[in-house]
Amino acid sequence: MTTEAVAAPAKILPDSGFSAWLRLRFLPVAVIVLAIIVFWYVMVAVLNAPFQRQLFATAGQDYGTTDLIVATMDQERPVLPSPHQVVAEIWKTTVETPVTSKRSLVYHGWVTLSSTLVGFVLGTLLGVGLAVLIVHSRTLDKSLMPWVISSQTIPILAIAPMIIVVLNAVGITGLLPKAFISTYLSFFPVTVGVVTGLRSPEIIHLDLMRTYSATPSQVFWKLRLPAAIPFLFTSMKVAIAASLVGAIVGELPTGAVAGLGARLLAGSYYGQTVQIWSALVAAALMAAVLIMIVEAADRRVRARMGVRA
Amino acid sequence: MTGQLLRGGTPPLPVIAFLCAFIALFRPLGANIAYGAAEPLFALAMVGLAFGAYAMMRFGDRAAIVAGLVASHFAGAVVIAELPEVGSHPFGAFWSGLVAAWLLAWATVGRIAAVRTRNPTWSRIIGIAIPALFGIWILILWEALVRGLGVPSVLLPAPSAIGAKLVSEVPTLAADFRQTFLKAVLIGWVLGCGSGFLVALLVDRVPFLRRGLLPIGNFVSALPIVGVAPIMVMWFGFDWPSKAAVVVIMTFFPMLVNTVAGLEAAGRMERDLMRTYAADHRQELLKLRLPAAMPFIFNALKINSTLALIGAIVAEFFGTPIVGMGFRISTEVGRMAIDMVWAEIAVAALAGSLFYGAVAFVERVVTFWHPSVRR
Repeated sequence: MTTEAVAAPAKILPDSGFSAWLRLRFLPVAVIVLAIIVFWYVMVAVLNAPFQRQLFATAGQDYGTTDLIVATMDQERPVLPSPHQVVAEIWKTTVETPVTSKRSLVYHGWVTLSSTLVGFVLGTLLGVGLAVLIVHSRTLDKSLMPWVISSQTIPILAIAPMIIVVLNAVGITGLLPKAFISTYLSFFPVTVGVVTGLRSPEIIHLDLMRTYSATPSQVFWKLRLPAAIPFLFTSMKVAIAASLVGAIVGELPTGAVAGLGARLLAGSYYGQTVQIWSALVAAALMAAVLIMIVEAADRRVRARMGVRA
Repeated sequence: MTGQLLRGGTPPLPVIAFLCAFIALFRPLGANIAYGAAEPLFALAMVGLAFGAYAMMRFGDRAAIVAGLVASHFAGAVVIAELPEVGSHPFGAFWSGLVAAWLLAWATVGRIAAVRTRNPTWSRIIGIAIPALFGIWILILWEALVRGLGVPSVLLPAPSAIGAKLVSEVPTLAADFRQTFLKAVLIGWVLGCGSGFLVALLVDRVPFLRRGLLPIGNFVSALPIVGVAPIMVMWFGFDWPSKAAVVVIMTFFPMLVNTVAGLEAAGRMERDLMRTYAADHRQELLKLRLPAAMPFIFNALKINSTLALIGAIVAEFFGTPIVGMGFRISTEVGRMAIDMVWAEIAVAALAGSLFYGAVAFVERVVTFWHPSVRR
């Protein structure tokens, strides 16, 4: 009623707390995800329509636009399966199929997950070990480190089929060859990250350790290693994603026996697009969960070490 | 203790090298060569090693490094040259000589690494020479071990065999390079980075889009996107367009996320200054925010150069015409022609590093003002 009310400054919305999280983080992401799903359905209708028209024509069936669009959503081998088809396939192959069956996505997911995890653990240990050596040897630092860094620029994944087949020829089959590829992909980022981390203590801290007349091993355990932990977790996030990619690609050359990569390959052989998409979504979910686990571990360790979030 | 051994400048390494060279002179070299000393060239190499080891302990930096380099590499070359002489089962003197040469080389590299110089040219040369020597010795040991131990070539071919393939199969390798690199990788990389960049400019104008797309972009960047390869092969056929499509999808999100982050990088003060000049959005973008975003954009371009090559090669595992690096790797593996696979991998590695190097070079030219480039 009064002019003051009109002139009052616009209400400043808070930028912390639950409502702000809802407005600034959740809402935009949810809207975009929704937009992507809508876009997906539109593309399903557009991409599957030509084939559906053919189907109707051969069946000699009359159809309206609505019939056409509805029919494109549930083709058996669509060019692009609709989201609900993918969800239904995942539901069918995880919950309704026994885990021991070869059709179960849980079974294939576990095959991929186990070699991812073995490779990730080996790669992280190897990477940390190499980083410790590099930090303590000037010769190794100057000679090996440039190779570790430049190895990031080459397509290492191209070696995967060779490692699988060569190890098969020696009689090493199953989980280990795939785990080796994951190891191989995950240890480079860990080495680079941990070397940076072990070097991160400032001169002033190193000098302090010297005034305490600390031995090299004390400097390592009490200063360098704690300083390297944040770097370790950052590179472990990269490493576990790389490890999963390694495991999936490692499953390709063995002739599609088991695993998410095998599901992709078998799907592409037989034109089972719904199977490909469901394997892809399963791989994406697995990557997300693995990264979230590493992040949670990171937060826990930081909290234990007394770092404020 | 291990730290001391690894440091190389300290006595143990040259002492062991000296002893090994000495032993090599008086032990059988092969089935029909009773003493290392019986082969004149080998004897000369071992005496050279002993001298090099002595120099490493007694001489000053410059003389010791020169003596060590010459002696160890001469001995390395001689040991490999002796391989046909000693047959498929070399005896103790061969291995002893190899170990002596390697230890001396290691000690020499340790000595070079310990040199402190103020001369920028020299420190540059040293910075390149040490990893180069390391690489050379990996090749020497690889060659000697594979041929000396008689490792079957289907397991691990000798570098010389790979080199021979590289030379003799040039037309095939060149055709594969054209198909995979010049078509799929480069076109996909340009399209993926270009579209990521344009979408980033759009997203930057709409804060709501930025808040929504950034977490999704970060999430997607971590996913195993190569998995879309079979779908792309179904949609775009067997030839290079399907591989380029995989590359586009793989490179799009890193570019988007990095460009959006980079456009935020310009400081508050500089932006306020632009506003006091009454600069419009386009001017602010072109003169302030894009230049400030360049380090981020080039970071994405570099990451993407590697991703693009991986995407194109892996996509070829799902079906190709009968040419291409990924196709060659998977078929030659099937035929157990592992030396050809290694040759193809060598080409891929070279192409990958040159591509990365080219992007890094352009980065230095464009971001000459950045603290990490400025001298």
